[in-house]
Amino acid sequence: MAAYLARRLIQSVLILLGVSFITFLLLYVLPADPVRQIAGRAATAQTVENIRQQLGLDQPFLVQYGRYLGNLLHGDLGRSYLQKTDVAELIWSRLPASLLLMAGGIACELVLGLTLGVIAALWRGRALDQGLMVGSFVAVSAPQFVVGLLLLYVFAVRLGWFPIGGYGTFAHLVLPALTLGILGSGWYSRMMRSSMIEVLRADYIRTARAKGLDRARVILRHALPNAILPIVAMIGIDIGIFMGGIVVVESVFGWPGMGQLAWQAIQRVDIPIIMGVTLVSATAIVLGNLLADLIAPLVDPRIKLR
Amino acid sequence: MTEGRPSAGAGAPVLSVRGLTVSIGHKPLVEGLSFDLARDETLAIVGESGSGKSITSLAVMGLLPPQVRATAGQVLFDGRDLLALPESALRPIRGGRIAMIFQEPMTSLNPVMTVGAQLVEAITAHEPLRRGEARARAVAALKSVRISQAERRLAQYPHELSGGMRQRVMIAMALALKPDVLICDEPTTALDVTVQREVLDLLRDLQRQTGTALILITHDMGVVAEMADRVIVMKSGQMVEGGSIASIFAAPRAQYTRDLLAAVPRMGDGSGAIPVAKAPPVARLHDVQVGFDIRGGILQRVTHRVHAVEHVSLEILPGETFAIVGESGCGKSTLARAIAGLVPHQGHIEVAGKPLAGLTVEGRRAICRDVQMVFQDPMAALDPRMRVGDLVAEPLVIHGIGSPMERRERTEDLFDRVGLPRDTLDRYPHEFSGGQRQRICIARALALKPKLIICDESVSALDVSVQARVLALLNELKAEFGLSYLFISHDMAVVENIADRVGVMYLGQIVETGTRAQVFGNPQHPYTRRLIEAVPVPDPAYRRMPAARLTGEVPSPILPVGVSSVRVSLADIGGGHLVAIDEGGPGQ
Amino acid sequence: MTDVTASATKAPAGALRRLLRRKLAILGLAIIAVVVLGALFAPWIAPYAPEEQLFDGLTLEGAPLAPDATFIFGTDLLGRDLFSRMLYGAQTSLVIGVVANGIALAIGTLIGVTAGFFRGWIGGGLMRLTDLMMAFPALLLAICLAAIFTPSLWIVAMVIALVNWVQTARVIYTETTALAEREFIAAERTLGAGTGRILFRHILPHLVPTVIVWGTLGISTTVLLEATLSFLGVGVQPPTPSWGNIIFENQTYFQAAPWLVFIPGAAIVLLALAFNLVGDALRDVLDPTQRGRD
Repeated sequence: MAAYLARRLIQSVLILLGVSFITFLLLYVLPADPVRQIAGRAATAQTVENIRQQLGLDQPFLVQYGRYLGNLLHGDLGRSYLQKTDVAELIWSRLPASLLLMAGGIACELVLGLTLGVIAALWRGRALDQGLMVGSFVAVSAPQFVVGLLLLYVFAVRLGWFPIGGYGTFAHLVLPALTLGILGSGWYSRMMRSSMIEVLRADYIRTARAKGLDRARVILRHALPNAILPIVAMIGIDIGIFMGGIVVVESVFGWPGMGQLAWQAIQRVDIPIIMGVTLVSATAIVLGNLLADLIAPLVDPRIKLR
Repeated sequence: MTEGRPSAGAGAPVLSVRGLTVSIGHKPLVEGLSFDLARDETLAIVGESGSGKSITSLAVMGLLPPQVRATAGQVLFDGRDLLALPESALRPIRGGRIAMIFQEPMTSLNPVMTVGAQLVEAITAHEPLRRGEARARAVAALKSVRISQAERRLAQYPHELSGGMRQRVMIAMALALKPDVLICDEPTTALDVTVQREVLDLLRDLQRQTGTALILITHDMGVVAEMADRVIVMKSGQMVEGGSIASIFAAPRAQYTRDLLAAVPRMGDGSGAIPVAKAPPVARLHDVQVGFDIRGGILQRVTHRVHAVEHVSLEILPGETFAIVGESGCGKSTLARAIAGLVPHQGHIEVAGKPLAGLTVEGRRAICRDVQMVFQDPMAALDPRMRVGDLVAEPLVIHGIGSPMERRERTEDLFDRVGLPRDTLDRYPHEFSGGQRQRICIARALALKPKLIICDESVSALDVSVQARVLALLNELKAEFGLSYLFISHDMAVVENIADRVGVMYLGQIVETGTRAQVFGNPQHPYTRRLIEAVPVPDPAYRRMPAARLTGEVPSPILPVGVSSVRVSLADIGGGHLVAIDEGGPGQ
Repeated sequence: MTDVTASATKAPAGALRRLLRRKLAILGLAIIAVVVLGALFAPWIAPYAPEEQLFDGLTLEGAPLAPDATFIFGTDLLGRDLFSRMLYGAQTSLVIGVVANGIALAIGTLIGVTAGFFRGWIGGGLMRLTDLMMAFPALLLAICLAAIFTPSLWIVAMVIALVNWVQTARVIYTETTALAEREFIAAERTLGAGTGRILFRHILPHLVPTVIVWGTLGISTTVLLEATLSFLGVGVQPPTPSWGNIIFENQTYFQAAPWLVFIPGAAIVLLALAFNLVGDALRDVLDPTQRGRD
């Protein structure tokens, strides 16, 4: 177990190194010039050159990357070009809002997805099942900004049940979390349904029925824990999807999180922030995958970590 | 009504089935089946696949799959018709009064629940007991099925137990509430022969103690002969014949029963000459080892090795059938795969005088013309997207033999030879029955006119009557094409019928080898004896020697790196009959 | 025993027939047909030029017009006919859906098959690469790339392909490794079949259904990604209409003119839904292991 964890952590660090290198390289070779953005349109060539030297952007690529990594080891993500503040600090201040949003999103998709999936499986082939499955298709086919704008229009603008945007109370959280979670709930309900249908055919379900157990117990105690196993592996992948999703959702609802920060930084080519957010996101994804793998043996005793 | 004559101690029947018809849509799976089951009695329902025997048992339990319905008849139990009862009224009967165990102990237990939880649940579903009491009952149930360290087992998960143990847990669960009827659906089919012996002994002992009436669903006439008081023979959903065990075996009335009994391979009636071989061997193995690495630790270094095949030496002579027999995990299939070049080996393997190691791609291909393989599951071994004619012609294409016309002709000849109609050449594998598919595989193996065909459990998945015909075909082809076979099997009776020479494999090594007469007539190694004694004998008159109840578990072939297994050395006890003389074997 | 797998063989005609027996698949195909026809014949169907700012396209106060008999989808903030813009926008969605997804599918299949069939360092290396790609927040990467280039239609397609091949690669990889373990592949080896024969005659044909299914489902993902990028303003640039950038342009005004957001929004949902429905039906029809599940 300790050896497994150590190996996985080493792998994770290697993957993060790879992510940082590729991102850095992309930002280096791409045609956008951050110095132009900082200096403004009216700046003279001399000013531009001065800023470039100041930021060390005139140095060869590997030197720049090496310096970045060196700083990273001390937990220093660099300074924002435009906001002149510490990137780590900026991200840290935005992180709670994004985490809150993601937690809400995960709660939504799990509760909605798993419940509806189980219901569809149990009413398999009936109208309810078919309706739910068409619904799940619509959920996975709807871009988050459309869902967000629709929820906003109906529940905030028309009905006035929730605030139109902003941050602070539970009411502010509901619509963004729902927007973030609906896509996943579609996938989860489909997966849960097919997993459940498969499990209900298993020999051990027949054994459970042959023991004379009642239907509720057969489903809750025998089918459900087995049906949920393949879902656990999805947690890691989910976090990757959420990391993209928050950019859209935060933009639609004006949610002051990391997604907004990233979006503004991308528009202004504020490279340290882009790097920082990418790395934090990649870390979250890698940790999410690791977490999923660590949870798996708790849910399924047959899985051994080696 | 039923053909059954009253057996000893038969009073009013516990369970009676009257005119049971089970259908899927309008297609009947079981038609008009009637039988009575008396207290203390064991009734065997025997038949081949598709006979409806399992469906019958599920109908009695009310556990038919969706779309399958009991459309007529009655299942009378305790004065009530189970078919007419609602689910809620069936529940107390299921598990409480009528219990059932299934074929696959691997999949019949919930993998994510402990054995204890599953046992306790079975008990508390019917009796309102406290946790502690239920637990005590569970421990008692495990002890009654002779599971060692019963308390510790409660906390274990099914995957931590061996197949035989799992089936015993199933039996414990079924008998914990002392049901009136126990239905066993192929309870030992998935188990090794020595484990089957243990489970059958256990079932018989428990039945004597508790007086539970037993319905035994099986395809194995040996199991029937040993266990049953009465038999029902089924075919295509209908009862062909029913009667007492003695009458069915001694004087079967229906032709089908006679065919079925004739097809059953029996120990001790094999007859065949030992081939006089002066020619050089077709295949020669010297000190062959096959191992697989298991990695672990931070750097994924090799920590353990699976010692699948260890120091095997043997020779297969032209025109002979050499059988390797052993239980699951003994390495016999790995050995077959090594000779076929599918897994890398250490040591020396030589086919038709050419060593297998260090071959170029061309050399590898050339050697395929000398050695071919027929797998266990023909459906899995045939590419489902290709027409069978193309599949049989494919080896010719690969080796660039003949023009398309010639290949077609050759394929047609091969089809004739293995007994398949020519007009089926353009069909796909799934359109054939299991036996026909195996014939396709045999035709395919013959296409290159090899010297050696490896049959890896090639008849194990087939019904006995089909099995008998395929074995007969293999024997004809052997003479006609001058083939040698390496016949891998777990079935002692089949091996005794087909083999000229036999090697008994245990934990990756050959522990005894010799001619069939030597090994079966004068078994020397304790493991060989144990295998032979364990085989159920399809003769109700046969009385088994009272032997010690076997409960040994085969040790694991997985060892840490650096640790090597105990190597047995073989001694010739006369006439080429080699027996292991070590102490590390599975003595009793 | 014989009947269970009976319909596993895929005569293409049979597959099409089975597909057409499914109501939802027909619905999906119908939606796709409508969009394709609309996009193909946009110049003839569209009542106005997509970039034309119509004289009577705005109210006197300068507000867009709600859907009516003249402008069946209404007009946008600049007084252009929304219906015409939607028709031309369909071209964008379809071109990107097909091109970007085609590239992603090709890359993903190639990498997946290679990694799955040739184990050892080639396969290992390729799978590490996909692992690395999995660790990237995909949408963030796409936004970043698209923002930094000034995106043309083709660059958007490339960016989407670059991000989207990973999923296909993983699916094909899993499938290939499973196939390579199947017994009939071992049987082929014992016949002396070479690597090329096994790969092209016995592995690739089995992957075709998976590629078709993922190709179809992937169009849906691609359409959604294009719409999202365009919505953020980093996708296809106005004045070239795309369903995503129509929403981007009119988003600020959506409380007053909701049709400007919800008509293109609905179009995106319907098109993505259509490909999902068809892809799912294809999976049932083509994949014998899934047969009988529903």
